[in-house]
Amino acid sequence: MKKIIVAFVFALTAITTFAQEKNKKLTFEVDGKCEMCKMRIEKAALNCKGVKYAKWDIPSHQLSLIVDERKTDPMKIKTAIIAVGHDTKELKATNEAYDNVHPCCKYREDNSDDSEQH
Amino acid sequence: MRNLFILVLMVPLFCTSQDKVEGMIMEANTAKKHIALEGANVYWLHSQTGTVTNAEGLFSIPYLKEYNKLVISYVGFKSDTLLINAPKKVHHFLQPSNNLDEVVVQQKKDAVQKTFFSAQNVITVNSAELLKAACCNLSESFETNPAIDVNFSDALTGTKQIQMLGLTSPYLLITQENIPMVRGASQAYGSTFTPGTWVESIQITKGAGSVVNGYESISGQINTELVKPLTDNSIFINGYANKNGRLELNTHFNKKLSNKLSSGLYIHVNRRDQKEDGNKDGFLDAPLANQLNVMNRWQYQNPETGWVSFFNVRFLNDEKQVGQTSFNPVEWLQLRSTANVNNAELSVLNETQAWGSEIDTRRFDTSVKLGYVFPELPFQSFGFQASYSIHKQDSYFGFNTYNINHESIYSNLLFNSIINDTRNNFKTGITFAYDGYNEMVNTVDYSRADASAGAFFEYSYTNLEKLSLTAGLRVDTHNRLGNFITPRVHVRYTPWEKASLRGSVGRGKRAANIFAENQQFFASARQINIQESSGNIYGLDAEDAWNYGVSFLQGFNWLDRKGNITVDFYKTNFKNQIVVDWENPREISFYNLDGKSYANSFQLEVNHEILKNLEFRTAYKYYDVTTDYKSGSLQKPLQAQHRFFVNLGYKTSLKENGSQWRMDYTLHTLGKQRLPNTSSNPIAYQLNEYSAPYSLMNAQITKVFSNQFEIYLGGENLTNYKQNNPILGVDNPFGANFDTSIVYAPIMGRMFYGGFRFKL
Repeated sequence: MKKIIVAFVFALTAITTFAQEKNKKLTFEVDGKCEMCKMRIEKAALNCKGVKYAKWDIPSHQLSLIVDERKTDPMKIKTAIIAVGHDTKELKATNEAYDNVHPCCKYREDNSDDSEQH
Repeated sequence: MRNLFILVLMVPLFCTSQDKVEGMIMEANTAKKHIALEGANVYWLHSQTGTVTNAEGLFSIPYLKEYNKLVISYVGFKSDTLLINAPKKVHHFLQPSNNLDEVVVQQKKDAVQKTFFSAQNVITVNSAELLKAACCNLSESFETNPAIDVNFSDALTGTKQIQMLGLTSPYLLITQENIPMVRGASQAYGSTFTPGTWVESIQITKGAGSVVNGYESISGQINTELVKPLTDNSIFINGYANKNGRLELNTHFNKKLSNKLSSGLYIHVNRRDQKEDGNKDGFLDAPLANQLNVMNRWQYQNPETGWVSFFNVRFLNDEKQVGQTSFNPVEWLQLRSTANVNNAELSVLNETQAWGSEIDTRRFDTSVKLGYVFPELPFQSFGFQASYSIHKQDSYFGFNTYNINHESIYSNLLFNSIINDTRNNFKTGITFAYDGYNEMVNTVDYSRADASAGAFFEYSYTNLEKLSLTAGLRVDTHNRLGNFITPRVHVRYTPWEKASLRGSVGRGKRAANIFAENQQFFASARQINIQESSGNIYGLDAEDAWNYGVSFLQGFNWLDRKGNITVDFYKTNFKNQIVVDWENPREISFYNLDGKSYANSFQLEVNHEILKNLEFRTAYKYYDVTTDYKSGSLQKPLQAQHRFFVNLGYKTSLKENGSQWRMDYTLHTLGKQRLPNTSSNPIAYQLNEYSAPYSLMNAQITKVFSNQFEIYLGGENLTNYKQNNPILGVDNPFGANFDTSIVYAPIMGRMFYGGFRFKL
């Protein structure tokens, strides 16, 4: 009986280990507001090794990624994004990083897209 | 705002020493079925530790004492936060968020868009711009755009000739949805065979352009996107009439047959029966014309599988009659069939006959495009396009006969993907092309067949901010041009905000179709003189040129409204050119370039909304197009070195029912133009060395009643400027001094037109 339980535990942990995909799709929210933010966010994401594709959507604030899971993980990418001053849900940019974003991109104050004004 | 609830699911299973939280995330459903959510985010709030669920919805995250709130989020679902105080198993259902706030983003689109980010200097002209003038066909679509110059090709047909960077349309690659269109036999009239209402948008690329669509472009590329069955109005009717008797009717019918398949039928007819001779020289100012142009398109798209496809079939029949108003083609053809056409004495005998010409064109073309975007990899795609066309022109100009039959096959296979990430893109593929010509110039047969195969690779890099680059190379083998490589490079750099500095270098090579491109000379007494060398294209060599360009674009805000300023300089340097020499009024000579030939162009353009709803656009252009002729180095004839352009567009604010007034005004000023040498003519047939400068004005008013109906009224050449003597030797069209090719100004005077558009 004990053997069976042990086998069961092993089976479970086997399932929970991740399949390491070459083209893994990821989506999460990143705060920002305009075209300049879009460029900054996408660039930060693409600068992470293993990120192949990054598209940040202005209205929905969703960042869609295609990554090589063997080379990166979401936390690494999020860390890179907060480093350029953009908040994610769980990780917030430091005040210093936020201060460095262009004045027109201060999404924490007003988060409407005003790309047309500049 | 976020609806979050805390749910604790304690499933005390096995006491493991591992400090881990594991579990499964599923989509909530009434049946409590286990629908795994792949790619959901699972993380400790305010930490740097997180993970995503795998394909089975399973996850495993280290347990951290410092944090106790585990967040689970997924696009399209409400995020949940779970309170976790010990390592355990989590089995959680996420609720779909059905009521996502709909976001509508509306932005005012400019009628002409200049790109700040692409490496190539591309100007996009969209349908709003095309409505500024009643563009009856593609060649007339550029009147309100300074990037393209519109010239008059001859005194008979009224055809407008497109020019870019000081070079005529044969040096441009004119494509329709990226399939080469206006080339070979259709070079002279091809751009008049695309009705204006079929055009959805036009992309003008200045300079070398991309290598993907071939090696032929030298000074630039013009691509036309046609209206699509899926997005075009289900019914569209446009009628047009002008004072000079031109009538046009355009009808579009589009039907969505299923979610994936749509079809469209587009019919264009135009005719002119009225004989117009405003300058009383006995010649028609514009041809008697009759055209039928029918196209059927099929569009298939399936976003789930990633397949997109287009299928097109088009048939064209175009008949033109030009020449003296009293000309009777039936009589003339009878006379010719009973006598030897090329007997020189016959022309003396028939001085009593009127001079005339007929140009009949029939064209059939079909094309298929197939595209596949990998659904999982939006950056990777395949494209295949193939087209077949047969173009048949039967024509005579007095005693000259010109018949050409051009059969063409073109196919291109393209693969597009990335290297490492989307900042490094590449396109690669192969091209195959075949052109069969049956060409008869009077009694000389110039029939020939061209075949070529090539491969291309184009790499583009962008760092998303300051720099982008496109470098392309193609290798082709052609039965008459030989084996050659075509490199083209474009770079863009942003030195500061709202600015774009561009540079480009590229090569182009082509076989000149000397007769098809210079048909206007058949309507003259000039003798054709081909000074053959060892070449294999009419005894001449291939044309070969390099184009270099720099361009600077700066956007600005003035009076709280946006504007931009562009400065361009382009240089085209010919290594070989087929020189078209008409400096001897008795002859038209074609020969290989011996010496230098270049075209320099400078352009300064300013766009600004100077008052609310009033768009102002102005441009100054300078051209230096110099060729070493046999008689010396000269400026290209009939080329204004200085050109000035103004366009004003005013729109009232759009009312709720779509009603609006739109007003447009365009001014073109052309400096003096060098006229071909006529000094050996009798004094009565001599022209000055230069033409006088002149200005042209066009204006149009459109009243939009609703989204369904609008009418427009307009006037062309409002100052009524006309060339006094467009035809030399008009007193004896069969005589030695007859020449209709020296045209530098309009032949038609002031002209008014009107029309309507009805959409459903």
